[in-house]
Amino acid sequence: MLEVANLSVNYGSIEAVRDISFQVPEGKIVTLIGANGAGKTTTLSSISGLLRPGRGKIIFQGQDITRWPTDQIVRAGLAQVAEGRAILSPLTVAENLELGAFVRRDRAAIRQDIDRIYGQFPRLAERRSQLAGSLSGGEQQMLAIGRALMAQPKMLLLDEPSMGLAPIIINQVFEIIRQINEQGTTVLLVEQNANKALKIADYAYVMESGRVTFQGTAEEVRSSTHVVEAFLGKG
Amino acid sequence: MVDASLLTNPVYLLQNLVDGLARGAVYAVFALGFTLIFGVLDIVNLAHASTFMWCAFAGWVVMSLLNMPLIVGLLASMLFGGLVAVVLEFVAFRPLRQEGAERLSPMISSIGVSIIMVSLAEAAFSAQTKKFPSGVLDPKPLYIGGTDGVRVSWGQLLIVVVSIVLMVALGYLIRRTRTGMAIRAVAYSQRAARLLGINVNRVVVITFFVGGVLAGAAGILIGLLTNNISPSMGSDIELRGLAVVILGGLGNIEGAVVGGLLLGLVETFTIAYFDQGSDYKDAIAFIILFLILLIRPNGLFGRQEANRA
Repeated sequence: MLEVANLSVNYGSIEAVRDISFQVPEGKIVTLIGANGAGKTTTLSSISGLLRPGRGKIIFQGQDITRWPTDQIVRAGLAQVAEGRAILSPLTVAENLELGAFVRRDRAAIRQDIDRIYGQFPRLAERRSQLAGSLSGGEQQMLAIGRALMAQPKMLLLDEPSMGLAPIIINQVFEIIRQINEQGTTVLLVEQNANKALKIADYAYVMESGRVTFQGTAEEVRSSTHVVEAFLGKG
Repeated sequence: MVDASLLTNPVYLLQNLVDGLARGAVYAVFALGFTLIFGVLDIVNLAHASTFMWCAFAGWVVMSLLNMPLIVGLLASMLFGGLVAVVLEFVAFRPLRQEGAERLSPMISSIGVSIIMVSLAEAAFSAQTKKFPSGVLDPKPLYIGGTDGVRVSWGQLLIVVVSIVLMVALGYLIRRTRTGMAIRAVAYSQRAARLLGINVNRVVVITFFVGGVLAGAAGILIGLLTNNISPSMGSDIELRGLAVVILGGLGNIEGAVVGGLLLGLVETFTIAYFDQGSDYKDAIAFIILFLILLIRPNGLFGRQEANRA
């Protein structure tokens, strides 16, 4: 569904991403794991059109989206839940969800989808008229994910959804990601928390210093000595 | 230095309240466009006052040379202001809005544009002041409480009505519409807005258009207040507008309204109650601004970044 080929991205003279290639097949969860600064967020930003890659191609559903503007990419069905929960703090929960559907025009269906999200996340329903900035970290992440779903994406990009959350909340978030995938949305998950990511992913790519250094099924990555030493720790 | 007999005169008090509110309403409308553009884009658009000045001339052309009624002049001026502001966005601001651009460069750019606009106006209309034709409004004022009572001119009435309509309309646009939500999203984070599929450049153009429309309305309203249209009229209101915006809290819409009304009242009361008050109305207004900022450095309604636009 998504194919990234020989992508390189520079920040000034620094090459943050160097010639990486990977694929996300339809219906799967693929994870991009790696330490802070490995180039994961840069990769996602390039896919979403926030950054212009120096070289390489990004193909989504057979179309070359490498130079598309972000709003056109979102319209094509690629939604991103950005790092740090990127909710709009001064807007209400309900307004955040409505803006999630900004690319859609079907008012009645949008209303239904908002109700569905409220059904899925009762905490958001209770707080619908509160400012999003007043939510707890976990609630903000739920809102960010719910909002991205409002665009009816074919594929969801998630940037560090576990960042800054308590372990019990992290489990809930990953369970939600698994459910979203079961309902038919393809997922590209970027994570530092490799243990958690590998539990729900079908396939994984390991990034280090801007390169993909290892890839395989979640099982293979988990049992690779290199990855265990680099990220997963002992035991 | 204060005339004691005036202090005990209730009609005089009410009269100055009316005059002050009308003056303040014009400041508020002017400041709204200013603060909107700042709140959404973090740009201090110092060409806002020149846009305002050109709009007053546009209204003058429509009403004096084409003999159109006031309402046509007002609408033409608002449309003209919107278009001028959009042109400014494309010429003076968008080319500078690249990643990593110096924060102050849009402001410098707007100063340059402003100087050019004033020069063009001087070339086109000469530095002499123009007046709206006397026939656009009934010159006979309304009296509340008989001819000894409070005098309200049709111009003042129109200023108050138009500014209330504009404030309500702006509030509705920002708070209740899809476009308004997109404007607030862009104001909070352009990156987050883009990821929602919002075309940020389009939202910026809309924001400039709305800001220009407000400058256009203010241009006609100040014409009704002072009937004094000249290429330098922008510089008279520019500092006041900036002061009002800061007083209300940068980027804060309610703050601009309250700040504008407050400044209008302070100026009017200074003139009314102090001997030669018009000589130091600006000094007193800015001393009060300074004192308010000492107590509330983010302005009356400023809550850091949280309550923008």
